[in-house]
Amino acid sequence: METNNNVKESKYMNPYLAGFLLGLLLLLTIYISGRGLGASGAIKSFAIATVNSVASSHISTTKFYKEYSQEHEGTSPLKNWLVFEVMGVLIGAFLSGLASDRLNLVFEKGPNATVRMRWIGAILGGILWGIGSQLGRGCTSGAALSGMAVMSTGGILTMVAIFAGAYAFAYFFRKLWI
Amino acid sequence: MGPLVPDIISGNLNYIVAFIIGILFGAILEQAGFSTSRKLVGLFYGYDFTVLRVFFTAGVTAMVGLMGLSYFRLIDINLVYINPTFVWSAVIGGIIMGLGFVLGGFCPGTSVCAAAIGKIDAMIFIAGSFLGVLIFAEGYPAFESLYKASYLGAPRIFETLNISQNMFAFLMVLVALTAFYFVSLIEKKVNGEKLTFFEINKHNVLVGGLGLVLLTGSLVFTDSKQSYLKLVSDENFVKNYPLDEIDSDELAFRLICQRCEQLQIIDLRSEEEYQKWSFPQSTLFSIDNFFEKEPNLFLKIKKTKKIFVANDELTERKAAIMALKMGYKDIRILKGGLNEFSKEILNFEPIKEPKTPQEKNINRFRAKAKIEVAELIKNNKPQGPVQKVQKRALGGC
Repeated sequence: METNNNVKESKYMNPYLAGFLLGLLLLLTIYISGRGLGASGAIKSFAIATVNSVASSHISTTKFYKEYSQEHEGTSPLKNWLVFEVMGVLIGAFLSGLASDRLNLVFEKGPNATVRMRWIGAILGGILWGIGSQLGRGCTSGAALSGMAVMSTGGILTMVAIFAGAYAFAYFFRKLWI
Repeated sequence: MGPLVPDIISGNLNYIVAFIIGILFGAILEQAGFSTSRKLVGLFYGYDFTVLRVFFTAGVTAMVGLMGLSYFRLIDINLVYINPTFVWSAVIGGIIMGLGFVLGGFCPGTSVCAAAIGKIDAMIFIAGSFLGVLIFAEGYPAFESLYKASYLGAPRIFETLNISQNMFAFLMVLVALTAFYFVSLIEKKVNGEKLTFFEINKHNVLVGGLGLVLLTGSLVFTDSKQSYLKLVSDENFVKNYPLDEIDSDELAFRLICQRCEQLQIIDLRSEEEYQKWSFPQSTLFSIDNFFEKEPNLFLKIKKTKKIFVANDELTERKAAIMALKMGYKDIRILKGGLNEFSKEILNFEPIKEPKTPQEKNINRFRAKAKIEVAELIKNNKPQGPVQKVQKRALGGC
């Protein structure tokens, strides 16, 4: 395992071109499926499937899971559009990394951060995203980006809140990154 | 007309499509550099604004693109998932995610990307988000009131702000372009590079060109419903527009006639009036239906004459002009509207002392038609509004 403190800039795609392509993909997704891209929904499906397999009796007594299975009419939480999409993301990113020679087991952190700090940050950050994306009914992809594309008031509100929140707290965690 | 799911793409094919879209999504994110946390959080510290550039370019491209699809009636926006608005959970959830962003260095989609190419910090982040969902699930009773507070339905931002869709899109593109300009300056300053306020390079030409296209699109792609309604708001234009007409006698004849080819009557009255009485082979239709996927298919049935009926001819004319402008064919209107039809047929009073053979004919035909059409109407069960089986896509996270 190596630690990497440098971002190699040169090999990435022009951000505007990447954004344009991502926009077209989002548009195509809406045209085909009637809804945008997503990510946190798949994590939710995996979490529910896990609980289902290790403690299935718990599912029937907990309100959140009950509401979920009512909405999804008893189909497996893994037979879900976003689950298949995120499986694709995993493959797509892997292939892209392979093509651009970026496949590497690395633990990435800011130049002045300790490994311990980064560990705690990553796990806490993940937890916050897990909670926040459920509360906000979507993450950067499902609520902010897709919400912006369809001009949803709720989606745009979430987008503004994500960026505003990040800027508001950035100063306190600068040690992690700069 | 889109969306293609569920009628054109359905069942397992839908999952295959999801998988392929995911592959492209992952590849684009990875190529853009979203597989490294240091690059992702760069925008919050000013050293790397890649995320902002990619995100907003994608957002405005898809936004204006969707307006374009809708403008050319390639998609029924009524079937597209619009994220619902729950004010407080959106704001507080968003702020929590923002905090999670600067702490964890990823968002869910990018963490999957980064984990795919071997970033260990991303794998830890994913484990965390997994835990987060479980915490939310277990603590749901505590979150529930916040989760469901101030529900506004699924309004669109331009409705909330009470401005036109074009205005919002135009401003959004403008804001994005302005942001792109200023963040480049910030980035240079933070990274200790030389500040240049104006520069012609490949980068800037690309973004400038795209910006111009999107700005134009945001103005050109008007809401088609609004622009058609505007077109028919000019009464003189509507009154003088050449349209194929059918008069009360002909309609009555065609209704009674057993051997004649089928008519399709498009009834534009209110649902209440329609339920009270309606013609056989008639379908209730509203102006909104013209812009929806399924009702719209119904107008496309070839070689059947579609007769627009409403109480007054002006309403018929407006709808018929809109339909013709949208490219539908074989459209007729009922001359004088149903008011005239009621007077001439349904409540027909014979001409006293008919003199000319023509008047005698009218008396004979209308007396017969009055009875037979009334009988048809009596036996007809209204079909109700035009069929709409498809529901809005369910979406999101």
